[in-house]
Amino acid sequence: MSFDNAYESLLGHEDAHWAFGTGFSEALSGVNREFPTGVDRDALAAYCLMVGDDALILSQRLSEWCSRAPELEEDIALANIALDLLGQARMLLTRAGEVLGRDEDALAYLRDEREFRNVHLAEIDCGPGPGGDFATTIARLLVFSSWRLALFSCLRGSADPVLAAVAEKGLKELAYHRDHAAQWTVRLGDGTDESHRRMQAGLERVWPFVDELFARHRVEAALTGVAVDPASLRSEVDGVLDAVLSAAGLTRPADRRAARVAGMAGRDGVHTEAMGFLLAEMQHLHRSLPGAVW
Amino acid sequence: MTTALEIASAVRDPELPVLTLADLGVLREVSEEDGRVVVTITPTYSGCPAIDEMGADLRRTLISAGFSEVEVRLSLSPAWTTDWISREGRSKLAAAGIAPPARVGPSAAGPVPLNLVPPSRQVACPQCGSLNTSEISRFGSTACKALRRCHACSEPFEHVKEI
Repeated sequence: MSFDNAYESLLGHEDAHWAFGTGFSEALSGVNREFPTGVDRDALAAYCLMVGDDALILSQRLSEWCSRAPELEEDIALANIALDLLGQARMLLTRAGEVLGRDEDALAYLRDEREFRNVHLAEIDCGPGPGGDFATTIARLLVFSSWRLALFSCLRGSADPVLAAVAEKGLKELAYHRDHAAQWTVRLGDGTDESHRRMQAGLERVWPFVDELFARHRVEAALTGVAVDPASLRSEVDGVLDAVLSAAGLTRPADRRAARVAGMAGRDGVHTEAMGFLLAEMQHLHRSLPGAVW
Repeated sequence: MTTALEIASAVRDPELPVLTLADLGVLREVSEEDGRVVVTITPTYSGCPAIDEMGADLRRTLISAGFSEVEVRLSLSPAWTTDWISREGRSKLAAAGIAPPARVGPSAAGPVPLNLVPPSRQVACPQCGSLNTSEISRFGSTACKALRRCHACSEPFEHVKEI
């Protein structure tokens, strides 16, 4: 269907009249969704929430930069990265929802803080809020995308066909995200005194949240052949981070671990103070106007 | 009679309207049985917001061509690669001022290589043909495009980045 003027196409012909509308078809229609035999479906759903929530929450954080980045190209870059992560999240939440009997929107907008399973690294404020700046955001993206790329590389061999397909597709996207973060890290670390100072400070800010990425959770332990043991990713990720920091003339921060509550962290639904504020912004519209579409 | 495949192949991409979905390589399969059509498409990127519009366009076009039942399915594996953009699609991109992607080939086994500097890639300016171009940003107006500039004619241009 063609229109003389772009705005005409917004005036309701069919549900999916606008690419960004909420008339989304199911994120996984047509994908092989058989559950592997013998798999603990509740554990599979919990795992998809973990990997999906990491992407959803960081996507929300990265979107905060749109219109506030240091340069126009970076507005676009961070929004593009956020969009890739949102796409990964939609497929993983839909997969979890097949077991839980809820759709992706219900899982994203109607869960409370304690039901989210993302790591703390995804949720902390690394800027543009008071918790950081562009360099801090790059430090987080470097760590997160290096870790997730290593994870997806292994998940391609998952016995769950959806996890394997999401990983195969996402891997190519994550390679771009990691390169983007690595190149900025080098540019800032090897730039002026001020950019170097800020990049090092960004690393110091995010480093206490690195340890959680490699801590194996009981959900992962219950899913042999389906989930990846994150502890097995540590040496590969350390190698990548060391290569980037060395090229950038930055110092690897001392290993410090953020506090946990009775041994629990993001994977158990125990979050930092930042999470409630993030969810308030992300969920407000949907909860105030249930069923709202545009 | 025009087949469902021919009709589906002519549907254009909503974000790169110079290409058809077949040129772009996102149209994977069209099967037809007793007036019922099943179309399989694959997204370029996980978050590609155009995928639903593509499905709606396919459904709308096939229904107005007389097929009463149309089902659009999504496939994720194998993942889309720019190598699936047809030869014709590449010419159409270049004619529209968008530099087509280079061939990627099958990905090598082992760890994904880390690029600490943008890979030096010879991308010809779609305006003047000069190879003296450089990358401004790896992320452009849509998920699949990077921004470049030409040092010979000073024009900026978009480049469908290799994936």
